Amino acid sequence: MSILVDENTRLLVQGITGSEGSFHAQRCMEYGTKVVAGVTPGKGGTQHLGVPVFDSVEKAMAETGANASIIFVPPAAAADSILEAIGAGMPLIVCITEGIPVLDMVKVHSYLEGKSTRLIGPNCPGVISPGKCKAGLMVGEIHLPGNVGVVSRSGTLTYDVVAQLSSLGVGQSTCVGIGGDALPGSTFVDILTLFEQDGDTEAVVLIGEIGGTLEQEAAEFMKEMTKPVVAFVAGSTAPPGKRMGHAGAIITGSAGKASEKIKALSEAGATIALNPAEIGLTTKRVIEGI
Amino acid sequence: MKIHEYQAKALLAKSGVPVPRGKEASTPAEAKKVASELKGRVVIKAQVYAGGRGKAGGIKTANTPEEAERLAGQLLGTRLVTHQTGTDGVPVSKVLVEEASEVERELYLSVLVDGASRSPLMMASEAGGMEIEEVAQATPEKIFKTSIDPGVGFQPFQGRNLAYGINLTGSQFREAVQIMRNLYELFMSKDCSLIEINPLAITTDGRVVALDAKINFDDNALFRHRDVEELEDREQEEPLEVQAADWGIKNYVKMDGDIGCMVNGAGLAMAVNDLIQYCGGRAANFLDIGTLNTTDRVVNSFKMFITDPGVKAVLVNIFGGMARVDVIAQGIVEAYQQMDINFPVVVRLAGTNVEEGKRILAESGISFIEAKDFYDGAYKAVEAAKQSGVKKGAIK
Repeated sequence: MSILVDENTRLLVQGITGSEGSFHAQRCMEYGTKVVAGVTPGKGGTQHLGVPVFDSVEKAMAETGANASIIFVPPAAAADSILEAIGAGMPLIVCITEGIPVLDMVKVHSYLEGKSTRLIGPNCPGVISPGKCKAGLMVGEIHLPGNVGVVSRSGTLTYDVVAQLSSLGVGQSTCVGIGGDALPGSTFVDILTLFEQDGDTEAVVLIGEIGGTLEQEAAEFMKEMTKPVVAFVAGSTAPPGKRMGHAGAIITGSAGKASEKIKALSEAGATIALNPAEIGLTTKRVIEGI
Repeated sequence: MKIHEYQAKALLAKSGVPVPRGKEASTPAEAKKVASELKGRVVIKAQVYAGGRGKAGGIKTANTPEEAERLAGQLLGTRLVTHQTGTDGVPVSKVLVEEASEVERELYLSVLVDGASRSPLMMASEAGGMEIEEVAQATPEKIFKTSIDPGVGFQPFQGRNLAYGINLTGSQFREAVQIMRNLYELFMSKDCSLIEINPLAITTDGRVVALDAKINFDDNALFRHRDVEELEDREQEEPLEVQAADWGIKNYVKMDGDIGCMVNGAGLAMAVNDLIQYCGGRAANFLDIGTLNTTDRVVNSFKMFITDPGVKAVLVNIFGGMARVDVIAQGIVEAYQQMDINFPVVVRLAGTNVEEGKRILAESGISFIEAKDFYDGAYKAVEAAKQSGVKKGAIK
C-alpha cells in the first residue's frame, strides 16, 4: 500500500498542452505513471504525448476513467480548473500552480465542503509513491520504495531530505508536498491521518516551516498517533513580518515562529531534527530504535 | 503589499467607512495649507509602513496652521525608527494632516483570512488602541469573532453579534454594523489580506470614526488590481529588496549576516539559512531563485552579492527539480565572466542534470569551493566567510 497514488492511479493532466504541463506529464509517464488523458479547453479531440485531449474534465473522466488530476494551469485560471475537477467528482486533485489568490482558494474550500474530493496543493511539488506512481515535479530517481511517509510544505527541501533518506537505505511509502500557500487543500493533519491508517507506512517525516498553525494542529493530532514522527521546521532564522518566498511562510504572530512549532511538535512526541542536513539520519535512528 | 494610512483611509471613505477629514502633505507648506483648510486642532501623522509611530514620535498635535507647518517640518525628510523598523528606520516623505478627534472610546475592528476556517474572519474588540495580539493573550474574552461564508457573504446578524459584543447601542450600533458590512465588501472586492481599524473611535459627539487604518493586499491577486499596485511606495521597502525585485528576483529578503545565499526553493532557502546559523555563521540574505530556467537570475543574484556591502562569502545550494542544474552552472560561469568576483564562492549542486552542471563549472576554470552535500556547503561557507577579508568584487 501507500497513500493517495499507486499503480491504480489513472492520471489526468489539466493544462497538458502548456509547456510546464507537457514537460512534467512526459516525466510522469517516463516514471511509469499511467497518464490517461489531458484537458485543454478548445483542444478537445486532439492527441498530445500520445494521450487524448478533452475540452472538459467531465468528458475526460467519462471517456478514460481518470481518477486523479494534476493541474498545471496559470494562477489566474487555476482556481477555476480546481473547481471544474471538484464539480466533475474527481477523487484526487494535485494542484501544482503557484500564485493563486487567497480569496480564490477561499471559494475552492467552500465548494469542497461536504464533497469527497481530496485536494493536494496548490503551490506544491505533488505526490509520489516510489516505484508505483509519480504525480508531481520531483526527480523520480532520488526516491526509493519503502516504509517512511514524508509530508512537507516545501519542494526542494523535501528532495534533499528524500535524497538523504534514500542514500541511507531508508525508502519511502509516499511523499506528499502539501504546498507553501496559506490555505492548502490538505493539511498536515489530513496527510498524517492517511499515513496512520496506511499499512505500508511505519514512520513519518514531517517538514514544516514558519507561518500559520499547521504544525501545531499536527502536534495535537500526533498525540493520537501510534507511528513515530520525525519533524523539522524551516525558518528558525527568518525575520518576523517578511514573506519568505512561500505565500504562507510569514511570521505574523508568535504562533508562526519556528520555535513555537518545534516546541509543540516536541511536546507531542516528535523527534526533532534541529539541523536540516540530519533529517535522514535522525529518521534512520528512529526507525531502528537507536 | 502594504499601503500608507492616508491611502487606506481614502479607500475606506470611498467604501462608506467614516474617517476624519484630512489630506496628505509632502512639504511643511502643504501641511500648513491643509491645516488652515481644516480649521482647529489637527493631528500630523508620519506616513510610514510601520506600526508604533505614536511612541516613536511620529504623531504630533498642532493648534494652529503655523504649528502644523513647524511640526510637519520636524517629520518630513527624516527617518522614523519604531519598534517595528530596523535601526535605520524608514523615510518620512509624507504626513497625513487631519482634524483632531475627541475620543470617548477606542474599539478594534479587523477582517482577515483565517487559516483554520479557510474563510474571511471579522474580529471586534472593546480593547482598541492596543496591539490585538496583546489583547488576545491578556484578555481573550474581549475579542469577538465571526467567520464569514464566502458564498453567503457578511450577514446583518453577524454584525449585530459583534456590535453587541463590544457594547454598542443606538445609532452607534447601527453605524458600526454598516461599517462592518462595508469593510467586508472592500475586503472582498480588492483582494485584501488584512484590513485593521485600530482604533475605531467613538467620538465625544457620538460618531463612529476610523482613526487609524491598515490595509494589506494579497500579492498573488495584484494582477487583477492594477489600481492597487500603483499605490505601493517602494521607498518604504529595504533598498536591496527593491533592487533585487528590479533584477527579477522576487524572493529576496535582506538579513544581517555576511554569507550571501542563492538557493532554489523557499523551504530549502530557509533551511540553508538555518543551517548556516547552526554552523556558527549568519546569512546575509534569503534568496530563492525559483524555477525559471534561464541564466539571468543567477547572474543577477551575483550582482546582488556584489551590491550588498555585507557579503563576505557566497553559498550556492541547488537541488534541481524543475530547475536544471546545468543552466544554473552556466549562469555562475556567466556571472564570473561579467563581474570581478573576489569573495569565496561555495557551490553545492544536486538533482536534475547535476553531472552536466559539474562539468560546466570544472571546464570553465573559475575558482570556487565545491561542497559535497547540504551540510558541507554550509560549513565551508561559514569557514570561508570567517577567513575572507572584505574584498569586494565589482560589476564590470
